[in-house]
Amino acid sequence: MKTTSRLETVLASGNLAVTSECGPPRGARPEKVKEKALLLKDYVDAVNVTDNQTAMVRMSSWAAGVIIKQMGMDPILQMVTRDRNRLAMQSDIIGAYSLGINTMLCLSGDHPKFGDHPMAKGVFDLDSVQLVQMVKKMRDEGKFQGGADIDSPPKMFVGAAANPFADPFELRVARLAKKVKAGADFIQTQCVFNLEKFEKYMEMVCDRGLDKQVHILAGITPMKSAGMARYMKNKVPGMDVPDEIIKRLEGVSKAEQPEEGLKIAVESIQRLKEVRGVHGFHIMAIEWEEKVPQIVKNAGLLPRPAENELKNL
Amino acid sequence: MITAEQKPLKEIIDSISPYEKIFLVGCNECVTVCAAGGRKEVGLLASVLRLHYLKQGRTIEIKEITLERQCDPEYVEELASEIHRTEAVLSMACGCGVQTLAGRYRETPVFPAVNTLFMGASEAQGIWAERCQGCGDCLLGLTGGICPVARCSKHLLNGPCGGTSHGKCEIAPDVDCAWCLIWERLKALGLEKRYEEIMEAKDWRSAGGGGPRKIVRKDLLL
Repeated sequence: MKTTSRLETVLASGNLAVTSECGPPRGARPEKVKEKALLLKDYVDAVNVTDNQTAMVRMSSWAAGVIIKQMGMDPILQMVTRDRNRLAMQSDIIGAYSLGINTMLCLSGDHPKFGDHPMAKGVFDLDSVQLVQMVKKMRDEGKFQGGADIDSPPKMFVGAAANPFADPFELRVARLAKKVKAGADFIQTQCVFNLEKFEKYMEMVCDRGLDKQVHILAGITPMKSAGMARYMKNKVPGMDVPDEIIKRLEGVSKAEQPEEGLKIAVESIQRLKEVRGVHGFHIMAIEWEEKVPQIVKNAGLLPRPAENELKNL
Repeated sequence: MITAEQKPLKEIIDSISPYEKIFLVGCNECVTVCAAGGRKEVGLLASVLRLHYLKQGRTIEIKEITLERQCDPEYVEELASEIHRTEAVLSMACGCGVQTLAGRYRETPVFPAVNTLFMGASEAQGIWAERCQGCGDCLLGLTGGICPVARCSKHLLNGPCGGTSHGKCEIAPDVDCAWCLIWERLKALGLEKRYEEIMEAKDWRSAGGGGPRKIVRKDLLL
């Protein structure tokens, strides 16, 4: 084991891992973090804590992560290179680790244009690949990015994101290979709706042997309605929603659409469980966290492995 | 070249309104090419200002001068014999020109009439686009001649990010994704393997992170 990360332990045990996410509140409301996290307790192995998602100011991901840690759950610290330079990121990594956070996800982050401070200067001192390199170097070499020794280095289990659907498609596996080369231990993908395309991607990933070097968690997002599916297809950059999904949701009454959306999510998980190289699922239920337990249960991903079971491996 | 655009007229008028004798100084270099501050634009702006003050019943003396190169002390010297005849200078050059004038003529206020934008190239008649951010450590040889520092909205050195859609950047449908362009170009050159070489974290000192930059060429010093 490289770290004490629960996610690393679950993945190493050969279990399919389950993660979900918790977006921190836009204010000093620790109880909101607890409410959201509590919905996920015992249904996931770790909870991603987003970092100023969609470039909107929120409670810092490490602070919300500490709240989640204090609840006996395992946060995944998301960190974007948009808002901090390498000094600030390294100090936050040390700080988060000192408070018990041992897993993180390295991202570049949405452009400030999309948020509530479009006038802000995006930092982008590093990109996501270089952030992965930095966190790995801190852990494995015990060195800061600048080269100096760290007195007691933080040991983070390092994740990165992949979007198999953004174009050019042929570049996407090469980009994953680059993140693996940089040191990513696990990958959480963009929401998978186009299963065929994802299966093709995973085939290419396995052909290159990348599935042996990194754990891939497929991103799952339940659709609340046909309207949401259409919005995701047309308005969200890099999202691939096949027409069949929209038609299927349109085929039932409005009142039944949420249930149909959850069914689609469960069926997707069941089909993707069989795909070589898929080592787990990252369930992003956008403003619908309360449905995560149902999805996990119906997809046959319960019970989550207990701490003591994993210790005996 | 360095590109610029004329400031809003109101801002220009506000800056010079306390004065009655103005030198309006253009530049024959970059701002001429991008039609922001050459001889022609000096003439146009002078006419607009005269008309504006005429309507207000004020007479303002505006002298039009276009220097060969406003960022060069040699050409800026041309104003030396006449500078005492003006109360203020309105410069239509880039920020480099404005500062060269301000540095040479310390007792005369200098106001910019243009906003300096970026180092760019002409894409078509009337269209200029950013191409270089002067990072001081050129990567173009590695990226198929397309700059990710200047042309990727997040300056990603190992892009593209997940937001690219049909070859366009997530920030706007009329902005090309630099990394799609780089990938296509590397493919055309048979160099796509190069994409997988990780570009290390950049040393931003040469890009300005190390403080204001300066070139000293000992072989050229007098």
